[in-house]
Amino acid sequence: MSLDVASIRQDFPVLHRLINDKPLVYLDSANTSQKPQVVIDALANFMSNGYAPINRSAYQLAAEATDLFEGTRTALAKFINAPKAHEVIFTKNATEALNLVIMSWGRANMNAGDTVLLTHMEHHANIVPWHMLVAERGIQLRWVPLTSDGQLDLSNLDSLLQGVKAFSFTSMSNVLGTINPVQQLCAAAHKAGAIAIVDGCQSVPHQPTDVQAWDADFVTFSSHKMCGPSGVGVLWGREELLEALPPFLGGGNMIADVRLDGFTTAELPAKFEAGTPAIAEVIALGAAVNYLENLGMANIRRHEIEMSTYVLNSLTARFGDDITIHGPTNPELRGATFSFAFRGIHPHDLSQVLDQSNVCVRAGHHCAKPLMRILGANATARASFYLYNTQQEADMLADALDSASDIF
Amino acid sequence: MAGLEDLYREIILDHYRTPRNRGELDAPAVSAEGHNPLCGDEIRIFVDVQNGIVTDVRFNGSGCSISQSSASMMTSAIKGKPVEQVKAIVKKFKSMMTVDEDESPVDESLNLGDLEALQGVVKFPVRIKCATLGWNTLLDALTTAGQ
Repeated sequence: MSLDVASIRQDFPVLHRLINDKPLVYLDSANTSQKPQVVIDALANFMSNGYAPINRSAYQLAAEATDLFEGTRTALAKFINAPKAHEVIFTKNATEALNLVIMSWGRANMNAGDTVLLTHMEHHANIVPWHMLVAERGIQLRWVPLTSDGQLDLSNLDSLLQGVKAFSFTSMSNVLGTINPVQQLCAAAHKAGAIAIVDGCQSVPHQPTDVQAWDADFVTFSSHKMCGPSGVGVLWGREELLEALPPFLGGGNMIADVRLDGFTTAELPAKFEAGTPAIAEVIALGAAVNYLENLGMANIRRHEIEMSTYVLNSLTARFGDDITIHGPTNPELRGATFSFAFRGIHPHDLSQVLDQSNVCVRAGHHCAKPLMRILGANATARASFYLYNTQQEADMLADALDSASDIF
Repeated sequence: MAGLEDLYREIILDHYRTPRNRGELDAPAVSAEGHNPLCGDEIRIFVDVQNGIVTDVRFNGSGCSISQSSASMMTSAIKGKPVEQVKAIVKKFKSMMTVDEDESPVDESLNLGDLEALQGVVKFPVRIKCATLGWNTLLDALTTAGQ
Protein backbone atom coordinates (compact mmCIF):
# COMPACT_ATOMS: atom_id res chain seq x y z
CA MET A 1 0.00 0.00 0.00
CA SER A 2 1.41 3.39 -0.85
CA LEU A 3 1.47 6.17 1.71
CA ASP A 4 -1.10 8.93 1.52
CA VAL A 5 1.47 11.66 2.05
CA ALA A 6 -1.07 14.50 1.74
CA SER A 7 -3.02 12.98 4.60
CA ILE A 8 0.14 12.32 6.63
CA ARG A 9 1.14 15.96 6.26
CA GLN A 10 -2.16 16.92 7.89
CA ASP A 11 -0.96 15.06 10.99
CA PHE A 12 2.13 17.27 11.45
CA PRO A 13 1.18 20.79 12.60
CA VAL A 14 4.59 22.35 12.00
CA LEU A 15 4.46 21.47 8.30
CA HIS A 16 1.66 24.02 7.94
CA ARG A 17 3.68 26.82 9.41
CA LEU A 18 4.56 29.69 7.08
CA ILE A 19 7.86 31.45 7.68
CA ASN A 20 8.01 34.84 5.98
CA ASP A 21 4.82 33.87 4.13
CA LYS A 22 6.44 30.84 2.55
CA PRO A 23 5.90 27.16 3.40
CA LEU A 24 8.41 25.17 5.38
CA VAL A 25 10.41 22.55 3.44
CA TYR A 26 11.79 20.35 6.19
CA LEU A 27 14.59 18.16 4.83
CA ASP A 28 16.49 17.45 8.05
CA SER A 29 14.78 14.36 9.42
CA ALA A 30 18.02 12.37 9.59
CA ASN A 31 18.95 14.94 12.18
CA THR A 32 15.63 14.94 14.00
CA SER A 33 12.09 14.26 12.81
CA GLN A 34 8.96 16.36 13.17
CA LYS A 35 6.12 15.24 15.48
CA PRO A 36 2.57 14.23 14.57
CA GLN A 37 -0.38 15.58 16.54
CA VAL A 38 -0.97 12.21 18.27
CA VAL A 39 2.51 12.41 19.85
CA ILE A 40 1.99 16.03 20.88
CA ASP A 41 -1.39 15.08 22.34
CA ALA A 42 0.04 12.10 24.23
CA LEU A 43 2.69 14.34 25.76
CA ALA A 44 0.26 17.13 26.63
CA ASN A 45 -2.44 14.76 27.86
CA PHE A 46 -0.10 12.94 30.21
CA MET A 47 1.32 16.23 31.50
CA SER A 48 -2.21 17.62 31.95
CA ASN A 49 -4.09 14.64 33.29
CA GLY A 50 -1.80 11.78 34.18
CA TYR A 51 1.56 12.98 35.40
CA ALA A 52 2.95 10.88 38.26
CA PRO A 53 6.08 8.94 39.21
CA ILE A 54 6.50 5.41 37.91
CA ASN A 55 7.46 2.15 39.65
CA ARG A 56 7.36 3.40 43.21
CA SER A 57 4.01 4.61 44.44
CA ALA A 58 0.78 2.79 45.29
CA TYR A 59 -1.80 5.38 44.30
CA GLN A 60 -3.89 5.00 41.17
CA LEU A 61 -2.36 7.95 39.32
CA ALA A 62 1.13 6.42 39.69
CA ALA A 63 -0.11 2.98 38.69
CA GLU A 64 -1.65 4.44 35.52
CA ALA A 65 1.59 6.25 34.70
CA THR A 66 3.58 3.05 35.20
CA ASP A 67 1.22 1.16 32.90
CA LEU A 68 1.54 3.80 30.17
CA PHE A 69 5.32 3.85 30.52
CA GLU A 70 5.61 0.07 30.35
CA GLY A 71 3.15 0.10 27.47
CA THR A 72 5.78 1.89 25.37
CA ARG A 73 8.33 -0.78 26.26
CA THR A 74 5.94 -3.52 25.13
CA ALA A 75 5.09 -1.62 21.93
CA LEU A 76 8.79 -1.10 21.14
CA ALA A 77 9.56 -4.79 21.70
CA LYS A 78 6.89 -5.67 19.14
CA PHE A 79 8.10 -2.89 16.80
CA ILE A 80 11.61 -4.38 16.57
CA ASN A 81 10.49 -7.99 17.13
CA ALA A 82 12.38 -8.36 20.40
CA PRO A 83 11.68 -11.67 22.16
CA LYS A 84 11.08 -10.03 25.54
CA ALA A 85 9.94 -6.55 26.57
CA HIS A 86 12.42 -6.38 29.47
CA GLU A 87 15.24 -6.53 26.92
CA VAL A 88 14.25 -2.99 25.92
CA ILE A 89 16.13 -0.39 28.00
CA PHE A 90 15.35 3.33 28.02
CA THR A 91 18.28 5.75 28.04
CA LYS A 92 18.64 9.51 27.63
CA ASN A 93 19.45 9.21 23.93
CA ALA A 94 20.99 6.76 21.47
CA THR A 95 24.46 8.08 22.29
CA GLU A 96 23.96 7.07 25.92
CA ALA A 97 22.63 3.69 24.78
CA LEU A 98 25.84 3.09 22.80
CA ASN A 99 27.97 4.30 25.70
CA LEU A 100 26.11 1.90 27.99
CA VAL A 101 26.95 -1.09 25.81
CA ILE A 102 30.49 -0.03 24.97
CA MET A 103 31.45 0.88 28.53
CA SER A 104 29.62 -1.91 30.39
CA TRP A 105 30.31 -4.70 27.94
CA GLY A 106 33.74 -3.37 27.02
CA ARG A 107 34.99 -3.00 30.58
CA ALA A 108 33.71 -6.48 31.46
CA ASN A 109 35.10 -8.18 28.37
CA MET A 110 37.99 -6.24 26.86
CA ASN A 111 41.57 -5.87 27.98
CA ALA A 112 44.84 -4.63 26.50
CA GLY A 113 45.36 -5.96 22.99
CA ASP A 114 41.72 -6.99 22.44
CA THR A 115 40.30 -5.72 19.18
CA VAL A 116 37.04 -4.07 18.08
CA LEU A 117 36.01 -3.81 14.44
CA LEU A 118 34.29 -0.57 13.38
CA THR A 119 33.60 0.92 9.94
CA HIS A 120 34.67 4.13 8.24
CA MET A 121 31.05 5.32 8.10
CA GLU A 122 30.37 5.42 11.85
CA HIS A 123 28.86 8.34 13.76
CA HIS A 124 31.06 9.80 16.50
CA ALA A 125 28.79 8.07 19.04
CA ASN A 126 30.13 4.72 17.81
CA ILE A 127 33.74 5.92 17.66
CA VAL A 128 34.53 8.17 20.61
CA PRO A 129 33.43 5.75 23.40
CA TRP A 130 35.71 3.14 21.81
CA HIS A 131 38.55 5.68 21.74
CA MET A 132 37.88 6.19 25.44
CA LEU A 133 38.27 2.43 25.97
CA VAL A 134 41.50 2.56 23.97
CA ALA A 135 42.80 5.11 26.47
CA GLU A 136 41.40 3.24 29.47
CA ARG A 137 42.16 -0.35 28.50
CA GLY A 138 44.64 -0.31 25.66
CA ILE A 139 42.24 -2.06 23.29
CA GLN A 140 42.77 -1.82 19.53
CA LEU A 141 40.47 -0.55 16.80
CA ARG A 142 40.22 -1.97 13.30
CA TRP A 143 38.16 -0.48 10.50
CA VAL A 144 36.11 -1.77 7.56
CA PRO A 145 36.89 0.54 4.60
CA LEU A 146 34.43 1.80 1.99
CA THR A 147 33.98 1.22 -1.71
CA SER A 148 34.04 4.17 -4.11
CA ASP A 149 30.22 4.36 -4.10
CA GLY A 150 30.03 4.55 -0.32
CA GLN A 151 29.24 0.98 0.63
CA LEU A 152 31.16 -1.16 3.09
CA ASP A 153 34.01 -2.94 1.36
CA LEU A 154 33.39 -6.46 2.64
CA SER A 155 35.98 -8.18 0.44
CA ASN A 156 38.28 -8.78 3.43
CA LEU A 157 35.65 -8.94 6.15
CA ASP A 158 36.55 -12.40 7.39
CA SER A 159 40.21 -11.53 7.82
CA LEU A 160 39.32 -8.19 9.44
CA LEU A 161 37.15 -10.09 11.91
CA GLN A 162 39.91 -12.49 12.92
CA GLY A 163 40.50 -12.27 16.66
CA VAL A 164 37.92 -9.51 17.04
CA LYS A 165 35.75 -9.46 20.18
CA ALA A 166 33.08 -7.03 18.98
CA PHE A 167 31.91 -5.73 15.59
CA SER A 168 30.09 -2.44 16.08
CA PHE A 169 28.52 -0.85 13.02
CA THR A 170 25.70 1.35 11.79
CA SER A 171 22.69 -0.14 10.00
CA MET A 172 22.55 2.97 7.79
CA SER A 173 25.04 5.78 7.26
CA ASN A 174 23.79 9.19 8.41
CA VAL A 175 25.99 10.79 5.74
CA LEU A 176 25.95 8.46 2.74
CA GLY A 177 22.49 6.99 3.21
CA THR A 178 23.99 3.54 2.66
CA ILE A 179 21.92 0.71 4.14
CA ASN A 180 24.23 -2.01 5.39
CA PRO A 181 23.55 -5.79 5.15
CA VAL A 182 23.04 -6.11 8.92
CA GLN A 183 22.07 -9.77 8.88
CA GLN A 184 25.17 -10.71 6.88
CA LEU A 185 27.42 -8.62 9.13
CA CYS A 186 26.00 -10.15 12.32
CA ALA A 187 26.48 -13.65 10.90
CA ALA A 188 30.09 -12.88 9.97
CA ALA A 189 30.75 -11.46 13.44
CA HIS A 190 29.32 -14.53 15.15
CA LYS A 191 31.25 -16.88 12.90
CA ALA A 192 34.43 -15.11 14.07
CA GLY A 193 33.36 -15.36 17.72
CA ALA A 194 32.58 -11.63 18.05
CA ILE A 195 29.40 -9.98 19.29
CA ALA A 196 27.48 -7.67 16.93
CA ILE A 197 26.47 -4.19 18.08
CA VAL A 198 24.17 -2.33 15.68
CA ASP A 199 23.70 1.45 15.71
CA GLY A 200 20.14 1.51 14.35
CA CYS A 201 19.50 5.26 14.63
CA GLN A 202 19.13 5.94 10.92
CA SER A 203 17.31 2.80 9.79
CA VAL A 204 14.86 1.98 12.60
CA PRO A 205 12.63 5.03 11.88
CA HIS A 206 12.52 4.27 8.15
CA GLN A 207 12.06 0.53 7.54
CA PRO A 208 10.91 -2.64 9.31
CA THR A 209 13.31 -3.80 12.02
CA ASP A 210 13.59 -7.40 13.18
CA VAL A 211 16.38 -7.84 15.72
CA GLN A 212 15.88 -11.61 15.70
CA ALA A 213 16.15 -11.85 11.91
CA TRP A 214 19.27 -9.68 12.15
CA ASP A 215 20.55 -12.01 14.88
CA ALA A 216 22.16 -8.93 16.50
CA ASP A 217 23.38 -8.84 20.10
CA PHE A 218 22.75 -5.16 20.88
CA VAL A 219 20.78 -2.56 18.90
CA THR A 220 20.50 1.13 19.73
CA PHE A 221 18.22 3.85 18.35
CA SER A 222 16.57 7.13 19.29
CA SER A 223 13.01 8.33 19.82
CA HIS A 224 13.40 11.76 18.29
CA LYS A 225 14.27 10.49 14.81
CA MET A 226 11.11 8.33 14.70
CA CYS A 227 8.46 10.99 15.37
CA GLY A 228 8.83 10.70 19.15
CA PRO A 229 10.10 13.33 21.61
CA SER A 230 13.78 14.02 22.27
CA GLY A 231 15.26 12.88 25.58
CA VAL A 232 14.76 9.15 25.01
CA GLY A 233 17.11 6.59 23.53
CA VAL A 234 16.58 2.86 23.30
CA LEU A 235 18.90 -0.07 23.82
CA TRP A 236 17.80 -3.56 22.97
CA GLY A 237 20.06 -6.42 24.03
CA ARG A 238 19.86 -10.18 24.23
CA GLU A 239 18.58 -11.15 27.66
CA GLU A 240 21.55 -13.33 28.58
CA LEU A 241 24.02 -10.59 27.60
CA LEU A 242 22.14 -7.90 29.51
CA GLU A 243 21.96 -10.22 32.54
CA ALA A 244 25.73 -10.68 32.44
CA LEU A 245 26.49 -6.97 31.94
CA PRO A 246 27.54 -4.87 34.92
CA PRO A 247 25.35 -1.79 35.50
CA PHE A 248 26.31 1.46 33.77
CA LEU A 249 24.83 4.26 35.90
CA GLY A 250 24.24 3.75 39.61
CA GLY A 251 21.45 5.27 41.69
CA GLY A 252 17.76 4.96 42.38
CA ASN A 253 15.57 2.40 40.62
CA MET A 254 18.47 0.20 39.46
CA ILE A 255 19.02 -1.59 42.79
CA ALA A 256 17.52 -4.54 44.61
CA ASP A 257 19.29 -3.63 47.84
CA VAL A 258 21.77 -1.07 49.09
CA ARG A 259 23.79 -1.58 52.24
CA LEU A 260 26.63 0.34 53.83
CA ASP A 261 29.04 -2.14 52.28
CA GLY A 262 27.60 -2.44 48.79
CA PHE A 263 24.56 -3.01 46.60
CA THR A 264 22.82 -5.60 44.47
CA THR A 265 21.23 -4.72 41.15
CA ALA A 266 17.57 -4.86 40.22
CA GLU A 267 16.24 -7.22 37.55
CA LEU A 268 16.06 -6.15 33.91
CA PRO A 269 15.19 -3.59 32.69
CA ALA A 270 15.47 -1.51 35.91
CA LYS A 271 19.11 -2.57 36.32
CA PHE A 272 20.03 -0.17 33.50
CA GLU A 273 17.52 2.58 34.23
CA ALA A 274 18.99 4.55 37.11
CA GLY A 275 17.09 7.63 38.25
CA THR A 276 13.81 9.11 37.08
CA PRO A 277 13.49 8.63 33.33
CA ALA A 278 11.86 10.93 30.78
CA ILE A 279 8.41 9.63 31.81
CA ALA A 280 6.20 11.79 29.60
CA GLU A 281 8.53 11.49 26.63
CA VAL A 282 8.67 7.71 26.83
CA ILE A 283 4.86 7.60 26.98
CA ALA A 284 4.63 9.89 23.94
CA LEU A 285 7.15 7.66 22.14
CA GLY A 286 4.55 4.92 22.52
CA ALA A 287 2.15 7.08 20.50
CA ALA A 288 4.83 7.52 17.84
CA VAL A 289 5.40 3.78 17.58
CA ASN A 290 1.66 3.26 17.25
CA TYR A 291 1.48 5.97 14.57
CA LEU A 292 4.30 4.43 12.52
CA GLU A 293 2.87 0.91 12.84
CA ASN A 294 -0.53 2.06 11.66
CA LEU A 295 1.07 3.48 8.53
CA GLY A 296 3.23 0.38 8.12
CA MET A 297 7.02 0.45 8.16
CA ALA A 298 7.18 -1.43 4.84
CA ASN A 299 5.01 1.30 3.29
CA ILE A 300 7.26 4.00 4.72
CA ARG A 301 10.29 2.23 3.26
CA ARG A 302 8.58 1.99 -0.15
CA HIS A 303 7.77 5.72 -0.06
CA GLU A 304 11.40 6.51 0.71
CA ILE A 305 12.66 4.32 -2.15
CA GLU A 306 10.33 6.29 -4.44
CA MET A 307 11.62 9.56 -2.96
CA SER A 308 15.24 8.43 -3.43
CA THR A 309 14.58 7.48 -7.03
CA TYR A 310 12.99 10.85 -7.70
CA VAL A 311 15.65 12.90 -5.89
CA LEU A 312 18.57 11.10 -7.54
CA ASN A 313 17.03 11.31 -11.02
CA SER A 314 15.76 14.88 -10.82
CA LEU A 315 18.86 16.45 -9.26
CA THR A 316 21.18 14.61 -11.63
CA ALA A 317 19.08 15.48 -14.68
CA ARG A 318 18.90 19.13 -13.70
CA PHE A 319 22.43 19.77 -12.48
CA GLY A 320 24.57 17.08 -14.12
CA ASP A 321 28.19 17.37 -13.07
CA ASP A 322 27.45 20.46 -10.97
CA ILE A 323 26.18 18.22 -8.20
CA THR A 324 27.97 15.31 -6.52
CA ILE A 325 25.69 13.11 -4.46
CA HIS A 326 27.56 10.79 -2.11
CA GLY A 327 26.60 7.18 -1.49
CA PRO A 328 24.94 4.41 -3.51
CA THR A 329 23.12 5.31 -6.72
CA ASN A 330 20.73 2.35 -6.38
CA PRO A 331 17.71 3.50 -4.31
CA GLU A 332 17.21 -0.04 -3.02
CA LEU A 333 20.61 0.11 -1.32
CA ARG A 334 20.09 3.42 0.45
CA GLY A 335 17.79 5.53 2.57
CA ALA A 336 16.51 8.94 1.46
CA THR A 337 19.41 10.84 3.07
CA PHE A 338 21.62 12.68 0.59
CA SER A 339 24.91 14.40 1.31
CA PHE A 340 26.05 16.43 -1.64
CA ALA A 341 28.48 18.98 -2.98
CA PHE A 342 27.13 21.66 -5.31
CA ARG A 343 29.06 23.91 -7.69
CA GLY A 344 31.91 24.33 -5.21
CA ILE A 345 29.73 26.37 -2.85
CA HIS A 346 30.59 25.77 0.78
CA PRO A 347 27.81 23.79 2.54
CA HIS A 348 27.40 26.49 5.19
CA ASP A 349 26.81 29.12 2.52
CA LEU A 350 24.54 26.75 0.64
CA SER A 351 22.35 26.06 3.67
CA GLN A 352 22.18 29.80 4.36
CA VAL A 353 20.87 30.47 0.87
CA LEU A 354 18.43 27.52 1.03
CA ASP A 355 17.08 28.96 4.27
CA GLN A 356 15.86 31.97 2.30
CA SER A 357 13.41 29.53 0.70
CA ASN A 358 12.69 27.85 4.08
CA VAL A 359 14.48 24.75 2.80
CA CYS A 360 15.97 23.21 5.95
CA VAL A 361 19.08 21.11 5.36
CA ARG A 362 22.01 20.24 7.56
CA ALA A 363 25.47 21.58 6.74
CA GLY A 364 28.54 20.29 8.49
CA HIS A 365 30.45 17.14 9.30
CA HIS A 366 27.37 15.26 10.58
CA CYS A 367 29.30 13.93 13.58
CA ALA A 368 31.28 11.70 11.22
CA LYS A 369 34.63 13.46 10.82
CA PRO A 370 36.63 10.32 9.92
CA LEU A 371 34.21 9.72 7.03
CA MET A 372 34.41 13.40 6.00
CA ARG A 373 38.20 13.08 5.73
CA ILE A 374 37.77 10.00 3.53
CA LEU A 375 35.34 11.94 1.32
CA GLY A 376 37.94 14.70 1.16
CA ALA A 377 35.56 17.29 2.56
CA ASN A 378 35.38 19.34 5.74
CA ALA A 379 31.65 19.41 5.43
CA THR A 380 28.75 18.47 3.19
CA ALA A 381 25.20 19.70 2.81
CA ARG A 382 22.65 17.00 3.60
CA ALA A 383 19.01 16.80 2.61
CA SER A 384 17.09 13.98 4.28
CA PHE A 385 13.53 12.92 3.49
CA TYR A 386 10.95 11.14 5.62
CA LEU A 387 7.39 9.91 5.42
CA TYR A 388 5.93 13.44 5.19
CA ASN A 389 8.15 14.70 2.34
CA THR A 390 6.98 15.08 -1.24
CA GLN A 391 8.48 15.17 -4.71
CA GLN A 392 7.34 18.79 -4.88
CA GLU A 393 9.64 19.51 -1.94
CA ALA A 394 12.52 17.87 -3.79
CA ASP A 395 11.80 20.30 -6.63
CA MET A 396 11.81 23.22 -4.19
CA LEU A 397 15.22 22.09 -2.98
CA ALA A 398 16.45 22.09 -6.59
CA ASP A 399 15.01 25.57 -7.24
CA ALA A 400 16.66 26.89 -4.09
CA LEU A 401 19.99 25.33 -5.11
CA ASP A 402 19.77 27.15 -8.42
CA SER A 403 19.30 30.46 -6.63
CA ALA A 404 22.57 29.89 -4.73
CA SER A 405 24.48 30.12 -7.99
CA ASP A 406 23.29 33.70 -8.39
CA ILE A 407 25.33 34.74 -5.37
CA PHE A 408 28.48 32.64 -5.55
CA MET B 1 13.88 39.21 8.10
CA ALA B 2 17.52 39.84 7.37
CA GLY B 3 18.24 39.49 3.66
CA LEU B 4 21.22 37.70 2.19
CA GLU B 5 22.47 41.02 0.82
CA ASP B 6 23.24 41.96 4.46
CA LEU B 7 25.47 38.90 4.71
CA TYR B 8 27.09 38.43 1.33
CA ARG B 9 28.34 41.96 0.60
CA GLU B 10 30.47 42.33 -2.52
CA ILE B 11 33.67 43.06 -0.59
CA ILE B 12 33.16 39.84 1.39
CA LEU B 13 32.69 37.77 -1.75
CA ASP B 14 35.73 39.47 -3.26
CA HIS B 15 37.94 38.39 -0.35
CA TYR B 16 36.39 34.91 -0.53
CA ARG B 17 37.12 34.53 -4.24
CA THR B 18 40.51 36.24 -4.06
CA PRO B 19 41.88 35.73 -0.56
CA ARG B 20 44.75 38.00 0.53
CA ASN B 21 47.76 36.66 2.42
CA ARG B 22 46.81 33.07 1.85
CA GLY B 23 49.67 30.65 2.51
CA GLU B 24 52.19 29.74 5.17
CA LEU B 25 55.21 31.31 6.87
CA ASP B 26 58.39 29.53 7.90
CA ALA B 27 60.09 29.90 11.28
CA PRO B 28 60.73 32.12 13.13
CA ALA B 29 57.03 32.78 12.41
CA VAL B 30 54.65 30.78 14.60
CA SER B 31 51.17 29.45 13.94
CA ALA B 32 47.98 28.32 15.65
CA GLU B 33 45.10 26.17 14.46
CA GLY B 34 41.42 26.85 14.97
CA HIS B 35 38.37 24.65 14.43
CA ASN B 36 34.69 25.33 14.25
CA PRO B 37 33.35 22.06 15.67
CA LEU B 38 29.84 22.84 14.41
CA CYS B 39 30.70 22.88 10.74
CA GLY B 40 34.17 21.38 10.49
CA ASP B 41 35.85 24.59 9.31
CA GLU B 42 39.58 24.61 9.93
CA ILE B 43 42.01 27.49 9.81
CA ARG B 44 45.70 28.03 10.54
CA ILE B 45 47.10 31.49 11.15
CA PHE B 46 50.83 32.22 10.79
CA VAL B 47 52.30 35.36 12.35
CA ASP B 48 55.79 36.76 12.26
CA VAL B 49 56.33 39.19 15.12
CA GLN B 50 59.53 41.26 15.08
CA ASN B 51 60.23 43.91 17.75
CA GLY B 52 56.57 44.09 18.73
CA ILE B 53 55.32 44.46 15.16
CA VAL B 54 53.33 41.91 13.15
CA THR B 55 55.63 42.05 10.15
CA ASP B 56 53.84 39.29 8.25
CA VAL B 57 50.72 37.19 8.56
CA ARG B 58 49.24 34.38 6.45
CA PHE B 59 46.34 31.96 6.72
CA ASN B 60 45.30 28.67 5.22
CA GLY B 61 42.63 26.05 5.79
CA SER B 62 39.14 25.66 4.43
CA GLY B 63 35.78 27.01 5.34
CA CYS B 64 32.74 28.97 4.28
CA SER B 65 32.77 32.38 2.61
CA ILE B 66 32.34 34.17 5.92
CA SER B 67 35.20 32.46 7.77
CA GLN B 68 37.56 32.72 4.80
CA SER B 69 36.79 36.32 3.87
CA SER B 70 36.94 37.40 7.51
CA ALA B 71 40.39 35.84 7.86
CA SER B 72 41.52 37.43 4.59
CA MET B 73 40.34 40.91 5.63
CA MET B 74 41.87 40.40 9.06
CA THR B 75 45.32 39.72 7.62
CA SER B 76 45.09 42.84 5.45
CA ALA B 77 44.05 44.92 8.46
CA ILE B 78 46.82 43.85 10.83
CA LYS B 79 49.88 43.34 8.64
CA GLY B 80 52.68 45.71 9.60
CA LYS B 81 50.93 46.97 12.72
CA PRO B 82 52.23 46.92 16.31
CA VAL B 83 50.89 44.04 18.40
CA GLU B 84 49.11 46.43 20.76
CA GLN B 85 47.21 47.98 17.88
CA VAL B 86 46.44 44.53 16.45
CA LYS B 87 44.92 43.52 19.76
CA ALA B 88 42.83 46.69 19.77
CA ILE B 89 41.57 45.83 16.27
CA VAL B 90 40.71 42.31 17.40
CA LYS B 91 38.81 43.76 20.33
CA LYS B 92 36.93 46.22 18.15
CA PHE B 93 36.04 43.47 15.67
CA LYS B 94 34.84 41.08 18.37
CA SER B 95 32.82 43.90 19.87
CA MET B 96 31.17 44.47 16.48
CA MET B 97 30.43 40.71 16.41
CA THR B 98 28.87 41.05 19.92
CA VAL B 99 31.36 38.54 21.36
CA ASP B 100 33.83 40.84 23.12
CA GLU B 101 34.10 39.26 26.55
CA ASP B 102 36.47 41.38 28.62
CA GLU B 103 35.30 44.68 30.00
CA SER B 104 38.11 46.99 28.98
CA PRO B 105 36.94 49.80 26.72
CA VAL B 106 36.85 49.43 22.96
CA ASP B 107 38.90 51.99 21.03
CA GLU B 108 36.07 53.67 19.13
CA SER B 109 38.50 55.79 17.10
CA LEU B 110 39.79 52.69 15.27
CA ASN B 111 38.56 52.43 11.70
CA LEU B 112 37.91 48.80 10.70
CA GLY B 113 37.68 49.73 7.02
CA ASP B 114 36.54 46.84 4.83
CA LEU B 115 35.87 44.76 7.91
CA GLU B 116 32.79 46.88 8.59
CA ALA B 117 31.18 44.91 5.77
CA LEU B 118 31.00 41.93 8.12
CA GLN B 119 28.62 43.80 10.41
CA GLY B 120 25.68 42.09 8.70
CA VAL B 121 26.85 38.74 10.08
CA VAL B 122 25.41 39.75 13.45
CA LYS B 123 21.93 39.39 11.95
CA PHE B 124 22.73 35.70 11.35
CA PRO B 125 23.84 34.61 14.83
CA VAL B 126 24.85 31.08 13.74
CA ARG B 127 27.47 32.63 11.46
CA ILE B 128 29.18 34.77 14.12
CA LYS B 129 31.41 31.80 14.98
CA CYS B 130 32.42 31.61 11.30
CA ALA B 131 33.41 35.29 11.25
CA THR B 132 35.42 35.11 14.48
CA LEU B 133 37.22 31.81 13.85
CA GLY B 134 40.30 33.41 12.29
CA TRP B 135 40.40 36.15 14.93
CA ASN B 136 40.39 33.80 17.89
CA THR B 137 43.04 31.73 16.15
CA LEU B 138 45.11 34.89 15.62
CA LEU B 139 45.03 35.55 19.37
CA ASP B 140 46.25 31.98 19.96
CA ALA B 141 49.05 32.52 17.46
CA LEU B 142 50.07 35.78 19.15
CA THR B 143 50.14 33.96 22.50
CA THR B 144 52.39 31.32 20.93
CA ALA B 145 54.61 34.16 19.71
CA GLY B 146 54.95 35.26 23.32
CA GLN B 147 52.75 38.30 22.86
